Amino acid sequence: MEEEIRQILEEHGRLPVPMADLDNNADLYEAGMTSHASVNVMLALEDGFDFEFPESMLRKSTFESVSAIEAALTSLVGTPVE
Amino acid sequence: MTDDSIGAFRDELIDSGLVIDAGVEGLYGRTLAYEEIVSGIIALTTRTGAGDGAMAVHFPPLIPRWLLERTDYLKSFPDLTGSVHTFGGDDKRHARLLALVDGGHDWVEVLEPAEVVLRPAACHPVYPLCTGGPLPTQGRRFEVQGWCFRHEPSADPARMLCFRMHEFVYVGDPDGAGAHSELWLKRGAEMFESMGLDVDVVVANDPFFGRAGKFLAANQLDDALKLEFVSPVSSTETRTAIGSVNRHQDHFGLTFGIESADGEVAHSACFAVGVDRTALALLKRHGLDPGRWPAEVRARLWP
Repeated sequence: MEEEIRQILEEHGRLPVPMADLDNNADLYEAGMTSHASVNVMLALEDGFDFEFPESMLRKSTFESVSAIEAALTSLVGTPVE
Repeated sequence: MTDDSIGAFRDELIDSGLVIDAGVEGLYGRTLAYEEIVSGIIALTTRTGAGDGAMAVHFPPLIPRWLLERTDYLKSFPDLTGSVHTFGGDDKRHARLLALVDGGHDWVEVLEPAEVVLRPAACHPVYPLCTGGPLPTQGRRFEVQGWCFRHEPSADPARMLCFRMHEFVYVGDPDGAGAHSELWLKRGAEMFESMGLDVDVVVANDPFFGRAGKFLAANQLDDALKLEFVSPVSSTETRTAIGSVNRHQDHFGLTFGIESADGEVAHSACFAVGVDRTALALLKRHGLDPGRWPAEVRARLWP
């Protein structure tokens, strides 16, 4: 799951630094992800994992780091298969 | 606020001869009496920003389709978008067009999208002027005004399909964008108050479209990126935005590829006056006969 999340962030996060330079707890907004880019990330995650975020989770904190996204996905999609 | 009171203000504006019903909801003609108010507001806005060294530019109410795509407007407000269609067919398609019109049918299917769309915000054409190399150290400043279009037909005269916006835009580094916002928050409030308007400053809550829009709206509120000057316009009970200060952060810098002087992605910010809404706010506040407005207000608008 982490690998897929990182790949989606790499493609849609429009980050000025490579994802490889950011650890799982790094703040993606501080790293340069904009509001509009995080919308693309949200849509790509929904597409990639085939689900919809509930409205209550459509806020910045859900997408602020790889760990936060993984926690949100785990709660919605189920336990990650390692 | 009821629809009745909003409709009543619309009727008053038309009955007083200030505006003219142009045939569909939200579309108005303007008479000279109304246009003199508009000219006064535009001139006052220009005087308020004079001395900043902004380059004054005017663009038509149409922008290239690629420009609308670059601004991400389609992502946020697809429902407000307007596109121009033209006829490019032969005699056969012309006959088809006329047959559809004669039959009272939808004839737009015969048209094709043109290379231009309607401009939703005055400032959009200035961002491409900032590309092609790093910006000067002091950034770039523009004063830009003109007609804009947003498709939100309504009986509320404050929601015109076509209206004028007057903006002061800064493009440069984050500190410059922050300073521009701070300065215009103060200047804007003083300017509106100098016209006798009762103005509050609130965090904007734009009607972003769809589920992605809910997310963008939550971000806009969280970050307080856009602040609005709100005043009674169509109703004395609710307030409508008549101006705003919008910090875009690096949004336009990224989408247009604009570099600040130090080679980073440029930040931008703008102050925008809703010129028609400000005119309506003045008419609501001071009455429908500008000749009888308070002398100090008249002196500000028409020195």
